Order: sequence, then structure tokens, then C-alpha cells
Amino acid sequence: MTASVVITGLGVAAPTGLGVEDYWAATLGGKNAIGRITRFDPSGYPARLAGEVPGFREEEYLPSRLLPQTDRVTRLALVATDWALADAGVTPGEMSEFDMGVITASAAGGFEFGQGELQSLWSRGSQYVSAYQSFAWFYAVNSGQISIRNGMKGPAGVVVSEGAGGLDAVAHARRQIRKGTSLVVTGAVDASICPWGWVAQLSTGRMSTSDEPARAYLPFDRDASGYVPGEGGAILIAEDADAARARGARIYGEIAGYGSTMDPKPGSGREPGLRKAIRIALADAGAEPGDVDVVFADGAGERTADRAEAEAISAVFGDRAVPVTVPKTMTGRLYSGGAPLDLAAALLAIRDGVIPPTTSVEPCPDYPLDLVVGRPRETPVRTALVVARGAGGFNSAMVVRAAR
Amino acid sequence: MTAKAFTLDELKTILLEAAGVAEGVDLDGDILDTEFDVLGYESLALLETGSVIEREYGISLDEEAIGDARTPRAFIEVVNAQLAPAAA
Repeated sequence: MTASVVITGLGVAAPTGLGVEDYWAATLGGKNAIGRITRFDPSGYPARLAGEVPGFREEEYLPSRLLPQTDRVTRLALVATDWALADAGVTPGEMSEFDMGVITASAAGGFEFGQGELQSLWSRGSQYVSAYQSFAWFYAVNSGQISIRNGMKGPAGVVVSEGAGGLDAVAHARRQIRKGTSLVVTGAVDASICPWGWVAQLSTGRMSTSDEPARAYLPFDRDASGYVPGEGGAILIAEDADAARARGARIYGEIAGYGSTMDPKPGSGREPGLRKAIRIALADAGAEPGDVDVVFADGAGERTADRAEAEAISAVFGDRAVPVTVPKTMTGRLYSGGAPLDLAAALLAIRDGVIPPTTSVEPCPDYPLDLVVGRPRETPVRTALVVARGAGGFNSAMVVRAAR
Repeated sequence: MTAKAFTLDELKTILLEAAGVAEGVDLDGDILDTEFDVLGYESLALLETGSVIEREYGISLDEEAIGDARTPRAFIEVVNAQLAPAAA
């Protein structure tokens, strides 16, 4: 019998809110956090909109010892972890250090820190490059700093599979808990809204160049024309269900199933791997399509990819047979951070019996989806499916279920 | 040239700039002989601190000597050993 793995704590740092309750209230209220970039002057770039995390004052949350050695992305991740641990009622110092692991995902690492050091290198010379550049930019930096700050010496790692990474990290956390680790800090935060990060993202050619925040990122809309990037994400506390119950923890829900696939080689004419990933996740959860109360879609915001996702969902569930939502229409696409934020929303949907809305979108009738648009839909939610795709052909799907 | 000597106050200023201060540590206390480990500074923090000193004072520090300095007093001695010939 494999152990059941549950989520007992959530920490959110999103464009729509800092902290779970601010984020959730804004999400149910349909607040659009996409706007013109303020972190640098975007006027010289073809894309100028992003979902930025507002009002984050790191010096209020973190000791000054950590500030010279961390990028914005790591500061957000450390604070989201503090909130998630507090939410779970966990004091790391009271647990055995080898019983706690850290597995996060990352798509870019600390890009802004790296940009600053490169600028120092070419404008002032190598002696002006910080010793901390050796790790502050690195993909694994969030996992490393979370581990050091909280004294967590169990399994640690980072998963790099772009937009699918957040689900892959949680799946890996589940694997480690099944092997015997009591608690794993997981999820992901990405943040690289700086000129260097921006040009790297632009190179995909998939970003929206619209200047209208309400019309720039429109998954499943006839006017879909690319995506708007954002920053932030969510950190989750995953625990062995029996251990969590033994300490009387509040349980948001169970990580019931997971599946991942790679797309076939471009031009092969074979079907993309998303449908299969969803089927594997359902089978892993022992769930039938009819058990699923809501699908949190990936929502690429690009016609071909939207069509592929709509076809995968309708192939599994039937035409318009399950409510589908894309709350990331309010935040933009957060790379690795997007899917963990959807997982948090799915668990809150289970808690409150409400599906958050997809905003700004006028659903294109070509897609056979029951898209929850405009306002939240109140309905009991016991089982939710979260779907995520990463550039390069990654497909992942995860089933979360109310605790039994 | 005693005026050019590197003091604890100067070290504290540069430590703060290069590496900040850990929670629960009071740099204004009597720290001259407190080990850097206890103050929350590991080798990388001291490498960065040494690097800032090299830039600001235009000197080159002996990496091995800096690595062996376990307390502020020892660190300051290493810096002054380099400053003295430079000032002479």
C-alpha cells in the first residue's frame, strides 16, 4: 500500500495577492493584475505587459544577511515558504532535520541578480562581481536557500521543465514522501521581469504584444494572440497523510494522481501528449472522468495550443462535460510558478465549494469546453484536475481530491 | 600612518554592506574575538567582504590568510598587514 500524500500548508506570492487569503479573495473577485511593466522601462520592447507581484518589501520579512545573496525570485520563495509552514502549523526546528525535504521547480533561476553581475563585469571589471553570483542565479537556488533557512536536510532538488515544472516538483515530493520522508516543501516561484529575463522570454515569439491589459492574454478566445508573463507562484507543504493526521494537521486535500508525457517530435503528425498525461493522472488517482468536478486548464493563449488542449480535455471528459477554468488570465503565465498556484486554487475550491473564474475571455465556440467565465461558480468540488504544459513538449496533469 | 589602520568599525560597515547581519546577532556587542561562525558569516560571506575591502582600499589580500582568520580580530590583522606596507 503506497502512502497517501496530502497538502497541509499553502504560501502564495502572486500578482493578485500576497498570502493565501488576499490571493483567493482577489481571484474570486476577478481582479486583473496584468499591467504595464513597472520594474523597468518597457517602452523599447515589443511586449510591455506583465503580471507583477505588487508591494513586496523583502526587508520586512527577511534578515539583512540574506538580502545581498538573493535574487527577487528567492526572496519571494523564502517568504512564501515561511507562510506555508505557518499555515501548516509546522515549526521546522521542532522536527528531525532529515525528515524534511525541499523540492521545487524553476524555469529561470535568479535572472535579475545575474543581469546585475554581468553589468558589473563588463562596466567595472571582474573584481566587482559578487561572490554570491556563484549560486544566486542558479535553478536550484530556491530549494537550497529554503533548505538552509529552515534546517531541512532530507531529499532536496529542483525540476526544470518550464510551465509543467511545478506539477513535476509536487509529484517528485510525493515520491520522496512515499519513500519515507515525513514532510517536503514543494511548489515553485519564478520571477524574471528584468531586461535580460525579458529578452530571453521574447525569444520564444509567443508573447502577446498587445498594450491592453484586458485583451492581451485570452486563452480559448477567438482573439488569442499569445501570453502575458507574470512572476510569483505558490509553495505547498506536502506530508504523509498518517503523519499529518497524527499531529492533528488541517488537510487541504490529497495529491491523488499524476501523469506526465512528452510531445512527439514536431512534424511527426502524431497527437500531442496532453490527453495521455490526463488519462495517466486519472488512472493513478483511481478516478473516472465523471469524478472530476473542475479542470484548471493550462491556457497557452495561442490558437494551435488552445485547440490541442480543448481537444484533449473533450476527448477525456466529453464535449462541455466538465467545468474548465483558467484563473491565470488574472496573473499571466508564471512559468514554473503557474501550476502550483493553480493547485492552491484547486485546494481552495475544494475547501470553499466554488470554482474561480476565467476573466476577460469570450469563449470561442469552436472549442467544446464549459469555460467558467466572468464570475465564480458555486458548486461542491471534491476532485480537481490541474493541467500544465512546458515549452519544449512537457505535459503534466495532477489530480487533487478532498481528504477522505 | 596609524590613521590608515583598518578598525572594527570599518569591518562592521563592510560586513553589513557585503553580507548583512543574521537574525539574533548584535554586531555592536563585544565581537572582536567571537568566531565568524557564531556571527553567521561563512567562508563565502568573508570572501565577499574581502573582495569589497580590496576594491575600496586598493589592496590585494592573501586569500589563505583571510580563509584562516576565524575572528574579527584575526581578520583585521590580515587587512592591516597589507595596508601597512601600502601606507609606508
